Amino acid sequence: MSSSTQSTTHHTSTIGAIGAPSRRNTELAMLVFAVAIPMFAYANVGLAINNTVPPGLLAYGVGLGLLAGVGHLVVRKFAPYADPLLLPLATLLNGLGLVVIWRLDQSKLLQSIDQAGSAAPRQLLYTAMGIALFVVVLIFLKDHRVLQRYTYISMVGALILLLLPLVPGLGANIYGAKIWISVAGFSIQPGEFAKIVLAIFFAGYLMVKRDALALASRRFMGLYLPRGRDLGPILVVWGISIVILVFETDLGTSLLFFGMFVIMLYVATERTSWIVFGLLMSAVGAVGVASFEPHIQTRVQAWLDPMREFNLSRSGVHDGVMHSEQLQQALWAFGSGGTLGTGLGQGHSDLIRFAANSDFILATFGEELGLAGLMAILLVYALIVERGVRTALAARDPFGKLLAIGLSGAFALQVFVVAGGVMGLIPLTGMTMPFLAYGGSSVIANWALIGILLRISDTARRPAPSPAPNPDAEMTQVVRP
Amino acid sequence: MSELTLTVMRLGFLAVLWLFVIVAVQVIRSDLFGTRVTQRGSRRDGGRPQQQAPRQARQATPPPQRQQSGGGRQRRGAPTKLVVSEGSLTGTTVALQGQTITLGRAHDSTIVLDDDYASSRHARIYPDRDGQWIVEDLGSTNGTYLDRTRLTTPTPIPPGAPIRIGKTVIELRK
Repeated sequence: MSSSTQSTTHHTSTIGAIGAPSRRNTELAMLVFAVAIPMFAYANVGLAINNTVPPGLLAYGVGLGLLAGVGHLVVRKFAPYADPLLLPLATLLNGLGLVVIWRLDQSKLLQSIDQAGSAAPRQLLYTAMGIALFVVVLIFLKDHRVLQRYTYISMVGALILLLLPLVPGLGANIYGAKIWISVAGFSIQPGEFAKIVLAIFFAGYLMVKRDALALASRRFMGLYLPRGRDLGPILVVWGISIVILVFETDLGTSLLFFGMFVIMLYVATERTSWIVFGLLMSAVGAVGVASFEPHIQTRVQAWLDPMREFNLSRSGVHDGVMHSEQLQQALWAFGSGGTLGTGLGQGHSDLIRFAANSDFILATFGEELGLAGLMAILLVYALIVERGVRTALAARDPFGKLLAIGLSGAFALQVFVVAGGVMGLIPLTGMTMPFLAYGGSSVIANWALIGILLRISDTARRPAPSPAPNPDAEMTQVVRP
Repeated sequence: MSELTLTVMRLGFLAVLWLFVIVAVQVIRSDLFGTRVTQRGSRRDGGRPQQQAPRQARQATPPPQRQQSGGGRQRRGAPTKLVVSEGSLTGTTVALQGQTITLGRAHDSTIVLDDDYASSRHARIYPDRDGQWIVEDLGSTNGTYLDRTRLTTPTPIPPGAPIRIGKTVIELRK
């Protein structure tokens, strides 16, 4: 308690200065920039593929600009002291994602296997829905501390969301992972929303329990070992993530939730032992489940030897599991991109075929923008996470701190899991790159996440009201013996 | 489309993308290099900390301190930080930059006291017009003590004098 409060005061002294500028104009300028870059990319793709500036360029620019403008005006009105960078960074990623999805729509190969064709207009619709949710969050969530009241309701809500794909008739098994539900023709990934709801639960829970978790411990070999009974919550979350892994065969979501909990536990208690425990437990869980779950075994084999998987897929072997050449094709895409890339619209990342515009969208960026462009994209992600962590540092209440760190931690983990999977660093998991990838749930949920972060940062950076002058001070003096 | 145009666009796009990242980092440069630079600058041009909240004249300031604060000696010896020397927040420092520092259990206080004896808005510390730091009790239940005396009026803080709120003791240091 004491040392974390210490950092609170430390940072309010540097960030929460009394006359903090609202920086809304900085945001507007960055936003104009962030809309102009995707327009440039769109024109570039059109020139490369069709030799003409795409006819929808102006409409696209106006559309994206309008969405971003609405977001900006709402922030200006309802969260005037919020962070100036989060909105432009998210807009840039979303806009670039739209352009690359449109670029893959043009691919004859993807059209012929019904993997693309009209994805971009739908993604634009999802973006509009995402911005709408962002606006709703900023207007109706006046103070993030309200969420604290719903700690245990969030827990129940998150569990329901996580388990929905397992409900027979509602869940849909797409490409081996059961993380979708289909409602009225739309497939939704409840896990994306569960991420936010679960962060609210963890923040509310850890805020209350962190003293017990942090202080009651024994020291052993340089580590503070928690008492047996305090291990309860981490064991429960671990169990849930194992259940997800086994029944939904989704390594990514499972890793995301457990990782988020460990990050928040570490931030709440400042005990390194939790990280050690977390890593050990996730390793044990992942290895244990992988030893009997064929879907995950396939993923691990594809990761260890993508070329073998590619050959198996090409030769059409039917041994009960689905082999995929995706990963090898993605690696070739990164390779052929080189340092400076082939240029937008001039790569062959459509050879990835399945999920080229969702899970594997990063490969298209890697090929067409090269290492230089990919690094810039990853830096934009890093900046979003940095702003989130900065918001957590500046937040004055422990709940806001934990919520901000949880949300930005989850965002960072998701980027790592997806980028690492596509680049062959870790086994591939079925998750989408936030904002870039095609997928309604992901875009909508991440806009809501940005909305909550903006709300927390507005509360954190808002100048403190000066104490009301005491009217009695000038006239009466209390005389005490 | 000619090869040249596409190459120019390709490199141009990368340049623009990186320009965006660099501009974004410029916006948050204070995160990377700290606020120390601006802090020093404002002190130099202002001569002394600029006052924010307490525009109301603090007539209660006794004359001796005000004289003391007038000369160059005071500016050299002006406290630059507030240090918590006892209590659960021991070791916390807050830079004095001319802003009002509020103390209390309320979440929006500059220093949030986790102390059963503190009120939610317990006391505040602010610079008066001459840059002299003043401590004022905000009608707390258990009182604010400067050295051993309980405060009844806004009082200037002599250098090194402990201010006691419940179990917490704070001092202004250079």
